Amino acid sequence: MNRYPLWTYIVVALAVVLGLLYTLPNFFGEAPAVQVSSAKATLKVDAAVLARVEEALKRSDIQPTGLFQDLNGIKVRLANTDTQLKAKDVIAQALNPDPQNPSYTVALNLLSSSPAWLTAIHALPMYLGLDLRGGVHFLLQVDMKAALTKRLDSLVGDIRTQLRDKNIRHTGIARESSGVIVRFRDEETRAKARKVIEDQLPDLQLSDSGDGAEYRLTGVIKPEAQKRTQEFALKQNIQTLHNRINELGVAEPVIQQQGADRVVVQLPGVQDTAKAKEILGRTATLEIRMVDEENMNAGALAAAAQGQVPFGSEYYVERNGQPLLVRKQVVLTGDRLTDAQPGFDNQTQEPAVHLTLDATGARIFRDVTRESIGKRMAILLIEKGKGEVVTAPVIRSEIGGGRVQISGRMTTAEANDTALLLRAGSLAAPMEIVEERTVGPSLGAENIKKGFDSTIYGFLTISAFMIIYYVVFGLFSVVALSTNLLFLVAMLSLLQATLTLPGIAAIALTLGMAIDANVLINERIREELRAGATPQAAIHAGYERAFGTIVDSNITSLIAGLALLIFGSGPVRGFAVVHCLGILTSIFSSVVVSRSLVNLAYGSRRKLERVAIGNTNWK
Amino acid sequence: MEFFKIRRDIPFMRHALAFNVISLVTFLLAVGFLALRGLNFSIEFTGGTVLEVSYANAADVEKIRNTLEKKEYHDFSVQNFGSSRDVLIRMPLKPGQESAALSRSVMEALSADDGSATLKRVEFVGPQVGRELAENGALALLITSLGIVIYLAFRFEWKFGVAAIIANLHDVVIILGFFAFFQWEFSLPVLAAILAILGYSVNESVVVADRIRENFRKMRKASVTHIIDNAITSTMSRTIITHGCTQAAVLAMLLFGGAALHYFAVALTIGILFGIYSSVLVMSPLVRWLGVRREDLVKPVRERKDEAVV
Repeated sequence: MNRYPLWTYIVVALAVVLGLLYTLPNFFGEAPAVQVSSAKATLKVDAAVLARVEEALKRSDIQPTGLFQDLNGIKVRLANTDTQLKAKDVIAQALNPDPQNPSYTVALNLLSSSPAWLTAIHALPMYLGLDLRGGVHFLLQVDMKAALTKRLDSLVGDIRTQLRDKNIRHTGIARESSGVIVRFRDEETRAKARKVIEDQLPDLQLSDSGDGAEYRLTGVIKPEAQKRTQEFALKQNIQTLHNRINELGVAEPVIQQQGADRVVVQLPGVQDTAKAKEILGRTATLEIRMVDEENMNAGALAAAAQGQVPFGSEYYVERNGQPLLVRKQVVLTGDRLTDAQPGFDNQTQEPAVHLTLDATGARIFRDVTRESIGKRMAILLIEKGKGEVVTAPVIRSEIGGGRVQISGRMTTAEANDTALLLRAGSLAAPMEIVEERTVGPSLGAENIKKGFDSTIYGFLTISAFMIIYYVVFGLFSVVALSTNLLFLVAMLSLLQATLTLPGIAAIALTLGMAIDANVLINERIREELRAGATPQAAIHAGYERAFGTIVDSNITSLIAGLALLIFGSGPVRGFAVVHCLGILTSIFSSVVVSRSLVNLAYGSRRKLERVAIGNTNWK
Repeated sequence: MEFFKIRRDIPFMRHALAFNVISLVTFLLAVGFLALRGLNFSIEFTGGTVLEVSYANAADVEKIRNTLEKKEYHDFSVQNFGSSRDVLIRMPLKPGQESAALSRSVMEALSADDGSATLKRVEFVGPQVGRELAENGALALLITSLGIVIYLAFRFEWKFGVAAIIANLHDVVIILGFFAFFQWEFSLPVLAAILAILGYSVNESVVVADRIRENFRKMRKASVTHIIDNAITSTMSRTIITHGCTQAAVLAMLLFGGAALHYFAVALTIGILFGIYSSVLVMSPLVRWLGVRREDLVKPVRERKDEAVV
């Protein structure tokens, strides 16, 4: 009666082998590495860059122990920290000829030194949280009200333009806290205006109001348009943060949306919070300036390339390599830009970027373009205090309405990237840091050691007690408990769940709780033996009867664990993940694994006189 | 080896009243401390900034206090953290205060006094996040309690569900009472520990309830009191051994886990100790007073065979 079919043993053996396999990468430690990722939205890290890295390393006689490309970029694994630093310099020199304006981020990193075949089956070491590896964590809150205000501002401009185009006279347009109010002299004009606005600006919900003397039209943003605006603002802010963090040279930054209006930023390994904050908070912007036409001749350009730039101008090189002199005087800044979307030119069907300016911006732009037909205007992206000419088109006609199109010599991908770049240049809405955590690397290492020590000493104490108290059955219980630890670590490695210090505490606690199942079983077997059952019958009854209790008690624990997982955040979540996983693995290991051991040892014996489970002879 | 050679059932139920009085008194004391002193919430809940600073030699807490006072900071607290060389500085929230600027200016002042001062950790929590955390914590506690009552009601009987949750919430209040009395810092990990204990202590009640149900079937002539006494006595060795093992794990955490896990382990220790007491000696009398009967648990004879129960 105490025999398992062969498949059960196979399942247990398989589980243990898989557990070992996925736990294995945690023992290899980490090797120094250099990571290359793109610092600009328009640049992709591809095979060509990989070849350049390889060549640069070969030229300076550095032998990497591994060189590969993954989702985050190119990673170069090196033998020691000395060659790591050297390799970083060499690669940075090769990829970024101008160190002031890097195209690629070259960062120091640590890579698991587990063999490639383990990585190939997705066996990776556990993903350590910031409290264990050191780094900075920010929670940023996006000011959604400001995002909506900005949208209202641009709608005011749109209404003004639309009414002017249709020759509808109004007596004033104003933005109130929650909407736009347009005033008219008579009812007829208001009805006409309402029709135009409804057609052209579907985002607005319109309503009539006003007394005899004044006819008012009030527009508020529709709820679905509000939602869209807010989602857009969040997305744009995340994109902006990505661009800025690239500059910091962080190996594996995490930038994620949390809830409806928050962004989590985690920068492992970064210690300088002040610098990190400064970079997160800074605004990169768009600038529109005029090209210095008087000095755009070969001689002046050649001189400018040598550093002799005419007074009041700046020297830039366009994307296509054309040198350019641009006036210092700024026509428009990115503050006036409300949107940038990729699209196509209406006439030529060429890829283009459509910019939308707010009311003031639109007016300035119209005036400037009217006065400068036939001249060139440069659109610059000012990033990291340095400008780059995105494009410098010739103005062909007066451009009113605040809708500007940039086109010419662009692929669809470039149009997408440029639109992204322009949008990402500035934040859609201001952000505020609502939570911050910085952990130094020494504290991280200390935390790992302390967490590990608590787990090991707890485990050893329990093991010693179980073996002394329940003898052979105690030994089986300890083996089962070890497999529980093995499965738990393997699951954490496999799922790549973030392991934090509370997570390690949860491992220790789970071990202490998981032994409950084995104590229940062993006590029950003793009780059956005392009541006069044969050893085989006692083992059978012990396991069968304890099972219901074990399931019940684990489910109540799991309810608490799940509540923590759902409502917890930060450290509590780290605890809850491990706690819940531990409860699941413990049911399997303490019931199935320990029973397999018992069955293997005793199940096949016909005449089993006694089992070693401690003293059961008292009455 | 055998610790518990108990030959006769211990008449726990005879002393039920005494147990209930003890529980009630500790419970009321805990509530009193909570009301009078309140919990010492960590900045995770209240909002504010915490800096952990490490020195090469033993830190002079008094001097640090003076330095900060000179810099016009108020309402902060400075204390040793883990060792004499590490200090923890807590700063309250101030409107318009940037946490980066704050940590920088504090560190500048401290480094001027002692060059070996290094910043190990900074935590800043805004007021809004803190409120949310407190709300979510309370919600988690509520959901867990409800979930457990529903599960036990479904698996046993509503009387067990209600009795178990009263017994275990009484544990939670007592842990909170300890934290209020000693003004230990109540942080997020402590909250996690309390919820884990809630789930864990209920195990105890489940084991005893399982045994009570089984006894109702086996001991058809026995009185309810006798059945409960027998259930508690026969599961007692398992109760003590299990809790001892869990306590061993927690003790390791308390001794080796360092300052970061200290109060987490303390909360677990109190929870485990009171968990033994309450889930056995509070839940069982409650069940009896709620009037548990044989018919509540024992289904008609036909169905009985299918269920495997301890």
